[in-house]
Amino acid sequence: MKIVPITIIASFIMSLSSGVAFAGTDTSAQDIIAKSQQASYYQASDMKAKVSMALIDKNGKERSRVMTMLRIDEAGGENQKYFIYFHEPGDVRGMTFMVWKYGDKEDDRWLFIPAVDLVRRIAADDKRSSFVGSDFNYEDVSGRDVESDTYTLVREEKLNERDCYVIESVPKKVIDYTKRVSWVDKENYLPLKEEYYDRQGELYRVFTAEQVDVIASRKDEASKFPSVTKRTMANLKTGHKTEVSFEDIAYDIDLNDKDFSERYLRKPPKKWIR
Amino acid sequence: MIRRTVVIVLGFILTGGLVDSGSAQFGDRNIEVHGYLLGNYAGRTTGLSPAGGRFSDFMLSEERLRLDIETWSEAVEAAARIRLDMFHDALGRDFDIDLREAYINYTAGPFDFTLGRQIVTWGVGDLIFINDVFPKDWESFFLGRPLEYLKFGVDGLRMRLSSGLVNADILAVPTFEPDNLPGSDRFFLFDPLAAISSRREQLPGRTFENTELAVRVYRYIWGFDVSGYAYKGFWRSPGMMTDDPAAPTEVMIFYPELFVYGFSAQGRAPGGVVSLEAGYYDSRDDSDGADPSIPNSQVRFLIGYQRQMWEDFNAGVQYHAERMQDHETYTASLPGGFPEQSEYRDTVTLRLTQLLKHQTLKLSFFGFYSPADTDYLLQPSITYKFADSFSTTIGGNIFGGKEETTFLGQFEKNDNTYLSALFTF
Repeated sequence: MKIVPITIIASFIMSLSSGVAFAGTDTSAQDIIAKSQQASYYQASDMKAKVSMALIDKNGKERSRVMTMLRIDEAGGENQKYFIYFHEPGDVRGMTFMVWKYGDKEDDRWLFIPAVDLVRRIAADDKRSSFVGSDFNYEDVSGRDVESDTYTLVREEKLNERDCYVIESVPKKVIDYTKRVSWVDKENYLPLKEEYYDRQGELYRVFTAEQVDVIASRKDEASKFPSVTKRTMANLKTGHKTEVSFEDIAYDIDLNDKDFSERYLRKPPKKWIR
Repeated sequence: MIRRTVVIVLGFILTGGLVDSGSAQFGDRNIEVHGYLLGNYAGRTTGLSPAGGRFSDFMLSEERLRLDIETWSEAVEAAARIRLDMFHDALGRDFDIDLREAYINYTAGPFDFTLGRQIVTWGVGDLIFINDVFPKDWESFFLGRPLEYLKFGVDGLRMRLSSGLVNADILAVPTFEPDNLPGSDRFFLFDPLAAISSRREQLPGRTFENTELAVRVYRYIWGFDVSGYAYKGFWRSPGMMTDDPAAPTEVMIFYPELFVYGFSAQGRAPGGVVSLEAGYYDSRDDSDGADPSIPNSQVRFLIGYQRQMWEDFNAGVQYHAERMQDHETYTASLPGGFPEQSEYRDTVTLRLTQLLKHQTLKLSFFGFYSPADTDYLLQPSITYKFADSFSTTIGGNIFGGKEETTFLGQFEKNDNTYLSALFTF
């Protein structure tokens, strides 16, 4: 019977030490990923973009999704609020999705369905939910918690003439992929390419950033934000891919935290979503 | 003639609007036109036909053209919207217009005003309604029309106040509209007064004091969306009364006065979302419960939980219970031959949804089961999107119960299969 407490103590000590030593994580690699997350999901204090997605199956048959995305960041923290207003296709037109994203707990999510004037909370698991049927999941759209993986800087190399860090990320808890390899631009920290490996160790999903544009803040022309404006996620196993383009990106447009509420979920101001 | 003019005018707007892929802008004025063509077909699978019913094996065969026209100005925050269906009902040999919504919306600071015909949905139940006291079309629901047809508009004025402290919706509806319940021409149903064919419907008088008033006060508290509700109006399912209890010749259908007070809360729970709702139905015209033609006062309660189990699969369960007040008085005054309702009625529901093939294929199941009434309704369906603009749904409504006098049990002979096809533009 004495074995039990000893095991518990041992595992407790191990968990303590892994916290201190990062269990093999390279702190500089984790810093790079943290900066990359910042560059991808937290640019400026707020943002607006019109997002078009082409979902293309292996036979070349295409479906499209068009939406307006709005985002505001809580000053000095990980908390963010999102609106996604759907324009196309017709069966989801006018629907609005609102997310209050927290750094330390599960998100709050709401969906508004205009045909029945219904606001409904949504239960969803980021890691396992396809975003509107595309090859991206919710996590790809809103960001992954840096603490979810351990990181190794494997090498530095050029990708499409850009100097990159190549970082290997291994999830602490495997949900879908077992390893991710990211090419992070050394200058702006944007991920230019990511490879996802499955449980058999085979490459099955590839993200590529095809175009990066530098967009100035609306408040301060001197603040410039490099942004991925064309990106693709391809599933090598199914032959399905999703191409996304961001248009009309605007940063620092004075969105107000209190506007991310039921009022504008039901009735988004036209100036935002046109 | 008027109908034809409406169609021509709408056709003109539509073709004009479609030139620029559904929207056009003239200075500050903007207009967007969308819609769909929807076909709904349902057939009874029990091989039985209601006596005197016109429809036999087929319960629904209709085509609907939806026009959704929105115009707005940004200089003043105002918008107008019309959503209407022109439909042809082949079984009823009818062509008509169903004005789903038509309203003008104006924003002034923290206030939003909406005047006109509008659909209103309150509460957190999934197809269980406590504080959603607004009209419903149960016939559509039981025939497999898309879910949005379960609700229809009220004609009134809604004012919404949005502020950091509290939000409020206040709705005034001068003209009462009852629920659309399944009719005996399309459905087998239980009618305790079936022998008396003469019917007279008496709607509440159109007086100022009969204006329905509904208030919802709400805000976000500790991770939950919390709402309080109050309603002054009428039962939307009718009471029935005969002209002469000894030798009845006519049944009067009427809508007794009803006040409802309630609350709801919805928020995160471990791994999913939890919903709670309760309401007190104050049956004003039968406050002591002694009038058997009018429903007694009730307390209603709901708890629900939904979560995502695996990729693109969601499950939701609910438990709903209602308790009849003054049940002893009710049983004492109930005339012979009428089925007795139990003091407590409860219902459990299960919803399962699996999306497949990049969310183009949807397998769905919704089931109601009432342990108190021992009756059920099962609704399986499959939807496939052939393209972004074109989808079809095949589904069924399977009813059953121990007695033919309970709410769902009475529809036992109406099991049906439906097919609908939708083309959006």
